[in-house]
Amino acid sequence: MAELIAKSPCEGLVPATIGGMSLTEEHPGAMWAVAPFKGQQDKLSKALEAAHGMAFPAPNRATGKAGSRAVWFGRDMALLMGPAPDAKLAKHAALTDQSDAWAVVKLEGKGAEEVLARLVPVDLRNQTFKRGHTVRAELKHMMASVTRTGPQAFQIMVFRSMAKTLVHDLKTAMEAVAARG
Amino acid sequence: MRITCPVCGERDRREFYYKGAALVRPAEGADLDAWHEYVHLRENPAGALDELWYHEMGCNSWLKVTRNTATHEILDVQLASEAGLGGEK
Amino acid sequence: MRLPGKGLNQGAKPITFGFNGRHMMGLEGDTLASALLANDVHLMGRSFKYHRPRGVLTAGSEEPNALVTVGTGGEQDPNIRATQQELFEGLEARSQNCWPSVERDVMAVNDLAAPFFGAGFYYKTFMWPAAFWEKVYEPMIRNAAGLGALSGEADRDTYEKAFAFCDVLVIGSGPAGLMAALTAGRAGADVILAEEDSRMGGRLLAEREEIGGKPGHEWAAEVLAELEAMDNVRLMTRTAITGAYDQGTYGALERVSHHLPRRHSLKGSHLPRECFWRIAAKHAVLAAGAIERPVAFRNNDRPGIMMAGAVRAYLNRWGVAPGERVTLFANNDQAHRTARDLHEAGVHIAAVIDSRHDAPVDGPYQVIKGAQVCGSAGRQRIESITVRSVKGEEKIQTDCLAMSGGWNPSVHLTCHLNSRPQWNREALAFVPTEGAVPGMVTAGACNGTFSTAGALREGAEAAGKVLEALGLKSAAADLPDAEDDPYRIAALWAVPGKGRAWLDFQNDVTVKDVKQAAVENFRSVEHMKRYTTQGMATDQGKNSNVAALAVLADATGRTIPETGTTTFRPPFVPVSLGAMGAGATDEGFKPQRFLTSHGESDNRGAHQLEVGLWYRAAYFPKPGETNWRQSCDREVTLVRKAVGICDVSTLGKIDIQGADAGKFLDFLYTNTFSTLKVGKVRYGLMLREDGFVMDDGTTARLGENHYVMTTTTAAAGQVMAHMEFVSQALYPEWDVRFTSVTEQWAQFAVAGPKSQELLNGLLDEEVNGETWPFMGCGEATVLGVKGRLFRISFSGEHAYEVAVPARYGEALFRELLKRAEAMGGGAYGMEALNVLRIEKGLITHAEINGTVTAFDLGLQGMMSKKKAFLGQAMSTREGLMAEDRMRMVGLKPVGAAKEITAGAHLFTPGDPVERIYDQGYVTSAGYSPTLGHPIGLAFLKEGPDRIGETVRLVDHMRGVDTLCEVVSPVFFDPEGGRARG
Repeated sequence: MAELIAKSPCEGLVPATIGGMSLTEEHPGAMWAVAPFKGQQDKLSKALEAAHGMAFPAPNRATGKAGSRAVWFGRDMALLMGPAPDAKLAKHAALTDQSDAWAVVKLEGKGAEEVLARLVPVDLRNQTFKRGHTVRAELKHMMASVTRTGPQAFQIMVFRSMAKTLVHDLKTAMEAVAARG
Repeated sequence: MRITCPVCGERDRREFYYKGAALVRPAEGADLDAWHEYVHLRENPAGALDELWYHEMGCNSWLKVTRNTATHEILDVQLASEAGLGGEK
Repeated sequence: MRLPGKGLNQGAKPITFGFNGRHMMGLEGDTLASALLANDVHLMGRSFKYHRPRGVLTAGSEEPNALVTVGTGGEQDPNIRATQQELFEGLEARSQNCWPSVERDVMAVNDLAAPFFGAGFYYKTFMWPAAFWEKVYEPMIRNAAGLGALSGEADRDTYEKAFAFCDVLVIGSGPAGLMAALTAGRAGADVILAEEDSRMGGRLLAEREEIGGKPGHEWAAEVLAELEAMDNVRLMTRTAITGAYDQGTYGALERVSHHLPRRHSLKGSHLPRECFWRIAAKHAVLAAGAIERPVAFRNNDRPGIMMAGAVRAYLNRWGVAPGERVTLFANNDQAHRTARDLHEAGVHIAAVIDSRHDAPVDGPYQVIKGAQVCGSAGRQRIESITVRSVKGEEKIQTDCLAMSGGWNPSVHLTCHLNSRPQWNREALAFVPTEGAVPGMVTAGACNGTFSTAGALREGAEAAGKVLEALGLKSAAADLPDAEDDPYRIAALWAVPGKGRAWLDFQNDVTVKDVKQAAVENFRSVEHMKRYTTQGMATDQGKNSNVAALAVLADATGRTIPETGTTTFRPPFVPVSLGAMGAGATDEGFKPQRFLTSHGESDNRGAHQLEVGLWYRAAYFPKPGETNWRQSCDREVTLVRKAVGICDVSTLGKIDIQGADAGKFLDFLYTNTFSTLKVGKVRYGLMLREDGFVMDDGTTARLGENHYVMTTTTAAAGQVMAHMEFVSQALYPEWDVRFTSVTEQWAQFAVAGPKSQELLNGLLDEEVNGETWPFMGCGEATVLGVKGRLFRISFSGEHAYEVAVPARYGEALFRELLKRAEAMGGGAYGMEALNVLRIEKGLITHAEINGTVTAFDLGLQGMMSKKKAFLGQAMSTREGLMAEDRMRMVGLKPVGAAKEITAGAHLFTPGDPVERIYDQGYVTSAGYSPTLGHPIGLAFLKEGPDRIGETVRLVDHMRGVDTLCEVVSPVFFDPEGGRARG
């Protein structure tokens, strides 16, 4: 019987290394939107903690760690990245599979902040946007999620269908930043 | 222009979509005049105006923004979910 | 002429550059203007209207005359100010608005015809005949008047946009700006210091006055070194703040690589030309300095006549003396420094003419008090001036006249949010109104404070205010000693006399023009400005505004405050369109959304169609097919006869969950969804609050509290925002959560009589009428992958939509095509999809065009009377259900021309083809291979009551005029047996 071969959103588009910065695709595993039902925020957070070891994130924050993270993803919503959500969570929240819906890349290296300063109208400098901070914001013309994962590392997400534009926009900005030296 | 989203914080206006005046929806069964007013009639003050903005590029919150149309000063921002715009049910 | 031992760039590297083809030497650190003056080149351009010879007037971004073109072809930059263009090895610049050369410009004949070109000449001269405007007058004027030209080639440079954030934006790096930045920086504030010049220091680089016992530029260098060492301070040179906007947003233009050779740039071709910054600053300190203003006198525009402060800048910063016999004409004490500095540098001062009787005498040179310069002579450079005093008129030989009518504070940014500056009688200048821009404080010369000590003090004070507002502690300001001379000035705007005295050098506006405007009753300063064009050139009247309105005040017998001032708008300096639109070219113009099947469609030679941001296959040409219609007809037929595959993933898909999900959908849709059985799909119609149709689509119920809605591709974003609005603003009490899953699923239509057969073999479970009845839905395992199956049809055929997680989309598309092709089917694109749905009378946003109601679509039966829904109240308005509304029908041609075009209008045969006889219009049209003739959907007055009638179809755009028969919009299989069976 034929088998369906999986393809990642950024296949053939990355990796790229420009001026000491690298752009790579992330493969975070499962990604599920977790949106608490009315009045279920606290119970959900406890259930999340029990099942996956991290609390439901406050706005603009991510909880957990690499491989198992809950990233705040907008109004009353988090994106659980890594594990598939425990079935118990369904009592407290709408769970929606988004594992294939987002292109996820990592931008890393000296100059990453300057690259994002060309695309995202939010202050992402280290003094205001620290590790574990996240935003839903515009990236060039796209709805994006940007999370700081290290001193010079960001996780950037846009809709899967826009992966090519994301890589184009990031590479263009990386080249311009690298050219300034 | 910058708007302070109660959820995300202060953001550039490019992240927001503008809908128009923030009005309280008439009750179901209200007469057509009330609906006509809600849908079509608008004040055009040189001063404070309640407006609806949507943080489309951010958290997806609808906001009730009170803005001075003459100076563009933003006097207040409230989540639409807490602004009582749904009217009598 | 370069003076040895003078200037701040002593010992700098020599550089070769070219101007109008002539090669010369300059020094690193020079501007093009300083290098040209060092080579005794004064003639740099021709004026806008009269083509008068012009030299450099200033040493900054306000320069009106010395505009040059740099580069050629796709790298050509016109209207570069020579005062800002930094010298680099190999720079080639040329004069503009002259032919064949700047020395011998044939259009200089305009100058002789000057009497015809006065204020408002184009309103008067080129009136008749009207038809001449476009063909004769405008091209003629454009050819004769103007600035630099575009190359006509695509811009090869790149530009960028960027965002920056700070607590304090300090605008300008003179003594006030440096002091403000230092004070704020030391207190720990997050500071940006922006300076439009290539080097920080402002006037401190141009003056010899000392600060703290050392030359001003040395003090500046020390401060800059301290600032540079601070992590919380960001220094931005070559960056002009172009505008002040709401809530502390500032625009800024950074000239990133204008100072570097292009091809030889070691950093490569990715270095942008310019960067347009948006800076969000909690507070700003405006320390923009001031701009010296000329005095209007006869022929005050000759090359060699320059601003006194500019002459000092050329001398003290670049070590260049702009003449050997220099004269000075002034009405204020400060200007006398020019004579003093030049004299001390060994340059001969032929005379100092001061309009005041109490003018100071600062050196052993002739000072003529209470006198005025009333004319100049010389061809392409000044040779002499005429001085009028109580003793009468005398001629003085001079090759450079430095003039000063005082200083205008750079209040521009304080006007950008609608504030107007105030007249200050002591300073004879407009100064900023306090609080003009929320969060901005002003300091130094831009505030009308002209001494160095005053600038330092105000800079520290401004920073103190800002720090207090930020809640930061500032150390007590430690102000160094500096010059604190009073600013002594007496009004002098225009020297009376015959002949033309220039006010606006860039737009060639003279005192006479302003007076003429007043005579013609253009007394308002706004009217005078537009009538004479004073202040409307690229320098926005930086040099001329105040003098022009002083002349207007005089001509109309009013005071200056009574006359008022025009205001300034962004940008402070010209911003290239390239920088404004930075990055928004080619692929950067808008996001491109690609389907998972895109690559495979490309492999098959599909023609791609842009649908919003999406790219969708329009049709898949086969060998031998020479036009799209052949492919489209074949694809329609394969769906009707066998099985077709089409990627429908672009449709919006919204996952809806929660206890109130059913209630929520009942409110959104006109029809009811809370009664839909789990495992079933229903078609729904959504209205806007005004009762007109917003969108349509199917919604499937996957579980008790779980639905998945589909929207049209066109309205996916709009519907999502609408749902958020309903759930947040109108019914926040409902427990419902939803999220877009459009991108999660790759979804394919499998349509045609063989669709069931195709799916059997692909799915783990058996597909038949029992397991998957019409409008059934549920989970299905597709070749081992968990997916979803919907038995829905947009083609009228027995059809399914099969969805898998997007990672498998490409693989599934390939597999589906392989199987379909083996069964005599294949891929179909948007063109065929469109024909298939028109044959079935199914609507898209071609029909849902914002003006149609459910009644117009024949869907009034879908408006439930048993429950409330959004748009219900307004949909009951009489006019929205009127019989004579334009309502949907089908059309088939019966005339000679068998053609139907979308956008065509319909008329009753015999009626004139005029708007008032309009009976309706065609929304969708295509050729139906199934029926063998063109078909169309249209909105026709009383449409459904006119079935069988003949109407006249007229399309002026495409030249179609034919007759059509009005038919039912469902052309094919009206009973729907094919889809259900």
